[in-house]
Amino acid sequence: MQPIIQITDVNKIYDSGFQALNDISLSIKPAEIFALLGPNGAGKTTLISTICGIVNASSGQITVDGKDIVSGYRHTRELIGLVPQELTTDAFETVWATVSFSRGLFGKKPNPTFIEKTLKSLSLWDKKDSRMMELSGGMKRRVMIAKALSHEPSILFLDEPTAGVDVELRKDMWQLVRQLRNDGVTIILTTHYIEEAEEIADRIGVIKNGQLILVEDKAALMNQLGKKQLILDLKEPLVAIPSTMTDFNLQIKNEGLQLIYSYDTTKEHTGISALLQQLSSANIGFKDIKTDQSSLEDIFVSLVKEST
Amino acid sequence: MNHYAVAAIYKFEMARTKRTLFQSIISPVISTSLYFIVFGSAIGSRITEIDGVSYGAFIVPGLIMLSLLTQSISNASFGIYFPKFTGTIYELLSAPVSSIEVLLGYVGAAATKSILLALIILATAHFFVPLEIAHPLWMLFFLVVTAITFSLFGFIIGIWADNFEKLQVIPLIVITPLVFLGGTFYSVSMLPPFWQTVTQLNPVFYLISGFRWSFYGVADVSLITSFMVMSGFLAFCLLAVTWIFKSGYQIKQ
Ligand SMILES: Nc1ncnc2c1ncn2[C@@H]1O[C@H](COP(=O)(O)OP(=O)(O)O)[C@@H](O)[C@H]1O
Ligand SMILES: [Mg+2]
Repeated sequence: MQPIIQITDVNKIYDSGFQALNDISLSIKPAEIFALLGPNGAGKTTLISTICGIVNASSGQITVDGKDIVSGYRHTRELIGLVPQELTTDAFETVWATVSFSRGLFGKKPNPTFIEKTLKSLSLWDKKDSRMMELSGGMKRRVMIAKALSHEPSILFLDEPTAGVDVELRKDMWQLVRQLRNDGVTIILTTHYIEEAEEIADRIGVIKNGQLILVEDKAALMNQLGKKQLILDLKEPLVAIPSTMTDFNLQIKNEGLQLIYSYDTTKEHTGISALLQQLSSANIGFKDIKTDQSSLEDIFVSLVKEST
Repeated sequence: MNHYAVAAIYKFEMARTKRTLFQSIISPVISTSLYFIVFGSAIGSRITEIDGVSYGAFIVPGLIMLSLLTQSISNASFGIYFPKFTGTIYELLSAPVSSIEVLLGYVGAAATKSILLALIILATAHFFVPLEIAHPLWMLFFLVVTAITFSLFGFIIGIWADNFEKLQVIPLIVITPLVFLGGTFYSVSMLPPFWQTVTQLNPVFYLISGFRWSFYGVADVSLITSFMVMSGFLAFCLLAVTWIFKSGYQIKQ
C-alpha cells in the first residue's frame, strides 16, 4: 500500500542553530492511528509543523498522498487538518464564524449542514453563537478540533490533544478518533503519555532529541509487554539445559546460577507448573523464585535512556 | 485560485470592522469633523480663498487623504499582525493558500474599509462646506489606488512588526507629518521657496495635489506627476511584498 505520508531524511535546524529534527524518515499508512511518543522538547511539534507547512524543513523531503509538500502544497494541505498544541483562538469570534472561516480558508465551498454536523458531534451545537472568549479551555479545544475537521480532511494531526483535558472530553475525543479512522481518516497524534498511545494507536513511534528511535506496531509492542519472565535462583550451577526441558523457552544466566523461563501471560497455559515438575524430577533445586515483566513504560524508558 | 479562502479572509476582516465599528468608522469621522470646525469654520473664516476655492472646501481633499492613508495602513497592518500576535497565524500558514490570496484578502478588506470611510467623511464634509466634484471618476480612481497602495504598505508593516509599538510608529511618526506637510491645509505656493522645494520631496504632497485636482480642477503640480508618483509608490510596495513572500521574512521558521 502506498503510504499517505512519506518523510525522507528530514532535518530541521532552527535559526538559533538548534537542531530539532535529525534525519527523520517515516511512512504513515492510510487510515492508521499513529502515535508519536516522546518527552517534552523531543521535536514532536516541529515534525508536525513541518508536515503542515508551518515550519520549513532544512533538508529532506516530505510527500503527502504522493505529492511534495512544497511544490504540491495546494493538494497536500487540503488533505490535512491540524489541531495544534496551543489553544490559539480569536477571542471575539463566534464558534460558528471561526469554524466556517476555517472551511473557507481550506478552499471548501460553504456547507452549513456539514458544519452543523461537526459541531453537534463535538457537543458544541448549543455554543455555536458564543464567542470564543466565553468558552472554557475544554470547549475551546473542541472548537479547535471542529476547525480542523471543517474542511473534511483525510489526515488529522492532533498535537498533544489531551493536555489539560477533562476525562469526558478525552473519552469523546477517542471515540471521535476511532470513528474518523473507521471512515478512512489517517490520524497522527503526539503525546508524552504512554497509556494514551497504548489505548488508541495502531502504531507507535518514539522520538527523542529529534531522532526517531523506534517505530513499531502496537500489537508487537504489546506482545513484548505480554511476555513475562520466571527467574529461578539455583542451588547448584547448571551447565546446560537438560534434554527433557528443551521444549521450554529457557535461558541460563549468571554463570549457571539463574534459570530464566520466558512465557506468555496471554496464553491459556503458561507452562509454569509443567516446568516445575520437570525441575523436581531432574533434581534441580532452587533457593528462590521471582517473576519479572517489562512494560511499555520500561521499553520506553530504556529506549529514551539508551539514546542519550 | 482558492477564492473561498480569499472570501473567508475578506469576510473575517470585514466582520472585525463591524465589531470595532466605533474605532474603525466613528472615531475618524469625529476627528475629521473637529478639523472642519477648527480649521474650516473658525480659522477658515479669516482666510479668503485659495486658488479660487473657499478655505473650508480647500482642506476637504487633504483631510480625506489623511484618513484614507492612516486607516489603510492601520487596518491592513493590524489585520495581519493580530494573527501573528495571538498565534492563529498557524491556520493561515497551514492552509492551501498562496501569498497572493492572503494578500488579496487582507489588502482587499483594508482598502474597502478605508474607501468606505473616505466616502463617509466626504458626506460629513458636505455638512460643513458646499462641495462640488469636478472629476468624480478621477476622484474615485485616486481614492481606490491610494487605498490599495497604503493598505499594501500597512500589510508590509504588519508583517515586519513584532510588537505593538512598531505597528504604530510608522503611521504616527511618518505618515501624519507627511500628510500635514503635504499641503493639506495650504497651497504650496504660499510657502517660501526653500520649503516649496522640501515639500516636493514629500510623496504625499503629490497625492493630495492630484486628489484636490479631481475636486476643484486646480493643482500644485501636474496630474501626470501625481500619477507617476502614485504608480511609483504602488510599484515599490508590490516589490517589497513580493520580496517578503519570497524570503518568508518573519512569518515562517
Ligand atoms: N522557533 C524555535 N526556535 C528555536 N528552537 C525551537 C523553536 N521551536 C522549538 N524549538 C526547540 O526545538 C525543540 C523541539 O521542540 P518541539 O518540537 O516543540 O518539541 P515537542 O513538541 O516534542 O515538545 C525544543 O528543544 C525547542 O526548544
Ligand atoms: Mg509539542
